[in-house]
Amino acid sequence: MIVSRFLKRLEGPQTMGKGPLFWTAFAVVLAAALAYPLFADGYDVGNNIYFLNWTFMALGLSLIWGYGGSLSFGQTAFFGVAGYSYGILTINFGTAYGFGLVSVVIAIAIAALFAAILGYFLFFGRISGIFLGIVTLSVTLALERFMAQTAGPEWKVGAARLNGFNGMSGMPALTLPWFGGEISLYPDIGLYYLVLGLLVVVYLGLRILVNSRFGNVLVALRENPQRAEMLGYDIRKYQLATFVIGAALAGLSGVLYTSWGQYITPSSMGITSAALPIIWVAVGGRSDLTATLIGTLVVLSVFQALTIYGSQYALVVMGLLLVGTVLLAPRGLIANAGLLVGTLFSRRNGSK
Amino acid sequence: MEFVTAIVSSAYQFGDAFAFLVLSACGLAVIFGMMGVINLAHGEFIMCGAYMTVFAVNWGLPLPLAIVCGSLFAGLVGMVIERLVVRRLYSRPLDSILATWGVSLIASQGTLILFGPTMRGVGTPLGSFTVGALSFSYYRLVLMATALAVLALLYLVFTKTRFGVLARATIQAPHMANALGVDTGRIYAYTFGIGAALAGLTGGIYAPTMTMIPTMGTTFIMEAFVTVVVGGADVFLGTAPAAALLAVVKASLTSWQGQLAGQIGLLLAVIVVIRLLPKGITGFILKDRA
Repeated sequence: MIVSRFLKRLEGPQTMGKGPLFWTAFAVVLAAALAYPLFADGYDVGNNIYFLNWTFMALGLSLIWGYGGSLSFGQTAFFGVAGYSYGILTINFGTAYGFGLVSVVIAIAIAALFAAILGYFLFFGRISGIFLGIVTLSVTLALERFMAQTAGPEWKVGAARLNGFNGMSGMPALTLPWFGGEISLYPDIGLYYLVLGLLVVVYLGLRILVNSRFGNVLVALRENPQRAEMLGYDIRKYQLATFVIGAALAGLSGVLYTSWGQYITPSSMGITSAALPIIWVAVGGRSDLTATLIGTLVVLSVFQALTIYGSQYALVVMGLLLVGTVLLAPRGLIANAGLLVGTLFSRRNGSK
Repeated sequence: MEFVTAIVSSAYQFGDAFAFLVLSACGLAVIFGMMGVINLAHGEFIMCGAYMTVFAVNWGLPLPLAIVCGSLFAGLVGMVIERLVVRRLYSRPLDSILATWGVSLIASQGTLILFGPTMRGVGTPLGSFTVGALSFSYYRLVLMATALAVLALLYLVFTKTRFGVLARATIQAPHMANALGVDTGRIYAYTFGIGAALAGLTGGIYAPTMTMIPTMGTTFIMEAFVTVVVGGADVFLGTAPAAALLAVVKASLTSWQGQLAGQIGLLLAVIVVIRLLPKGITGFILKDRA
């Protein structure tokens, strides 16, 4: 009973996948992902966590942009803020007594707070559309420039040197408090399961969120902000809340990335890095969480495969992909494929 | 004497910042004012003009001619891009941001592949003069004069020529202009070309003062965005006063705390300005008429 009510809340008008067929496919994919470490080397599993790390930021962007209609280029800024915060906190205070976990939470909270302050000025100043994009991009670029010039020894927070363009390294890996000690999760099977579990929780949680009343209002204000406002919704609060949730997810990506590689650089906030999440989400299909998730993983894998020939070639292909998607399939490639599959099945059911 | 030196120095720094902001922003502002499109490949048009200028100088052209070359080339490239990409997206301004960003990625990485991570530039010409204990570059004065000349020229083009009248008609009421026989598609194409050519001019004229790298455009875009956001849709009522206002912020903070403080100051200024004046200075000036 409780299970079926829970399942019902996962489905709704704002997400594409529904019905037994979709959830069977979901279970199969999840089972494959769970079984993957049994058949692979721990080193490879650890490396492939890289792909999962980015999905949180992409899902956050899908919420802000795809559902809320606010194109934000600021995701990488929040990513960077959380990553640097995690580094500064753990280098200074270590990870004993569960502080590893506490610093994860604090780092994400700092990113969310930063988003709340910036978002207050933007949304309560009624900035939307193009200007929102430009201001968030400018903030991201300014942060990159700021971090890039912190090379000198005077730039340090406690024991943590910021190291300018070379980036910060040497922070501890993700550390969880455990009975009678603590476990450090280096890129290996344990961390893989943790990140995968987080992804499932975030994905299902966002599905519930967008299919709730909150999500319906969000889509209403995306479709027609004036009408939503006339109906009595304070759209600024909804936009700000979405922006902060999205930023917190970007922060989660930042913390996971930093603790995974024990490394973060200012270029993770640069103009090229800021373009990538937009490309994943646009190509996948921004107004659907599942399409965004699949699109992100596919585009990231293509990008990684192409980087063998040189990252500049891979970036040219990414640029072509973005231009092509915008011109030919503005809803996103994966979302279009999903719609196609959907109509095929409904047609078959209809003819029965 | 010290007092005079301080005055000259402040004026020089203000003029330098003003010229940089005007020249960075004018191409972007012309396109935005006309079509409501923010061209994220703006920085790459600047880079394009700078590279072309350096090539032309290496082929033996004198610098002023080379700059004209770079500007025309960027304008041509702009018109091609308008034709291929931007034209299809006028009804979807948010998507045009994405598409021009894709173009910018392709352009900067393509340049990296073709010409390598850096290229030999040309030296800054014209030498310097001294006032009191401080020395100033003549070339910077040329930059300031160019910024003023560009503003004057744009004013003449948009008020005194037939193209300018048609363009303003298209801005005010595109459908009406179209119904009266104005080929608005062509006006858009030319305007985009002018915007790109202005970006190319900026690239060309700053080329002697900069290192030639494929990402040199990013040096300009933040300032360009900020000026256009603070200014609003009109080049004369918006961009020019915004550049003057922001130049004061930038020049004073830069001389107090260094270049980065200047940039962060610009950013804070823009966030405060849009909170108070969402339509920028243009909206503030036109408030009574709207």
